[in-house]
Amino acid sequence: MALTKTLQSRSSDLSKPESQVEFLSSGIFSDGKAPIFRNLLDDHSSFPLKPNTLEVLQVNLGYMCNQTCKHCHVDAGPDRTEIMTKQTMQSCIDVIKSNNIETIDLTGGAPEMNPNFKWFVEHARPYVNEIIVRSNLTIIEANKTYNELPVFIAKNKIRLVSSLPFYNADKTDRQRGKGVFDKSINALRKLNNLGYGKPESGLTIDLVYNPTGAFLPAPQLSLEKEFKKVLKEEFDICFNQLFCITNLPISRFLDYLIQTENYEDYMFKLIESFNPEALDGVMCKSTLSVGWNGTLYDCDFNQMLDLKIDPNSPQSISSFNIDTLKNRVINTSQHCFGCTAGAGSSCQGSLV
Amino acid sequence: MLVSISKNRKFNIRMGVYYESNDLRKFGKIADYDKELADKFFDWYGAVFEEGALTAREKALIALGVSHAVQCPYCIDAYTEESLKFGINKEQMMEAVHVASAIRGGASLVHSVQMMNKVNKQEM
Repeated sequence: MALTKTLQSRSSDLSKPESQVEFLSSGIFSDGKAPIFRNLLDDHSSFPLKPNTLEVLQVNLGYMCNQTCKHCHVDAGPDRTEIMTKQTMQSCIDVIKSNNIETIDLTGGAPEMNPNFKWFVEHARPYVNEIIVRSNLTIIEANKTYNELPVFIAKNKIRLVSSLPFYNADKTDRQRGKGVFDKSINALRKLNNLGYGKPESGLTIDLVYNPTGAFLPAPQLSLEKEFKKVLKEEFDICFNQLFCITNLPISRFLDYLIQTENYEDYMFKLIESFNPEALDGVMCKSTLSVGWNGTLYDCDFNQMLDLKIDPNSPQSISSFNIDTLKNRVINTSQHCFGCTAGAGSSCQGSLV
Repeated sequence: MLVSISKNRKFNIRMGVYYESNDLRKFGKIADYDKELADKFFDWYGAVFEEGALTAREKALIALGVSHAVQCPYCIDAYTEESLKFGINKEQMMEAVHVASAIRGGASLVHSVQMMNKVNKQEM
């Protein structure tokens, strides 16, 4: 199993957001073989895409991660140094305090690796109904520094959303690195012991299935049934829901598609599976993404492509203005086909 | 060689090639010649693969085996991918192909009973 390195450490051209955006606008999209996303929105009377009520502030605490997964849309890894400061975290807290935002969704990298992670959670907790942490599970097992994390997250009633692309080591380790499956199972056992995933505990852990290759996810409910059965029978592990998330053609997954000559077929798959019904629930309508340096984006994927928010809106969390933001036009590109394909895809799984 | 034949231009046909993997994407175009029957077929096809007494996963694996039995390259592509979506592993896929092959082989071999019957009847 070859070790994955970040695109940045490989000095890959695709590590630059502008190169990715250019790539996603060329080839089949510039020679007319495939429609561009914006035109398809237009065909379905959905252009421009506008937001609904803001429900979730998704905050990226930094790109550092203890893992280097093959499909990572962030190009995260141990060598990434971008990290959110306490000052920017405070700006996020100020915004949720004064705008009745129900949920903050902490992501990364491994958000727990931000040295101010606990400070942020404790200071944000009184002002939101729900804190989601997108935890890779293995961070709990990474070293002593993180051994107390499960108790901390349970105490703060954090909802965990954790990747486990499959219920066996073969597929999981091929996507996420050697030994990740076993560590994830150990972490899940610790979390189950604290009540996570158990009925009436009030502690929720949802798992995330990402396809381990150039294909779309199977139906969410069908996979969830299978995951629950196998994880219970073979590992005595329980969890709440399974979210199926389509891999978007950006960053390391885009690199994988290109290297394996799957790019065009994958894009056609996304385009031909375009489901207008999924448009109503796309996460950019109810979520705002905050970059590690406080820059605002329509979603975490746009953040990685550095596709800035509507220029008529405030660009940073420090100048947040809900009235201007609710009238913005959502910025899209061809990667958005990933969120509207088949049953649709969001950070909370399928949409229809 | 890409041949431009006016009535076929929209299909971008490569004449002289029997199977093109991209043709799978054009399956829906069978409706161009007979929409009513195509609609009935696709409705039925969709219903067949919905979860029922068998799971969608089990159906994908059956379809993969049958695809090999009928030697349909489009179906093999489609149901290999469908199997991957459900996390069906290589060993399970290959076993499904062996099941299909065993039935194909057995179907030929069991006819030998007829041969034997004929021999036993006619030979002194």
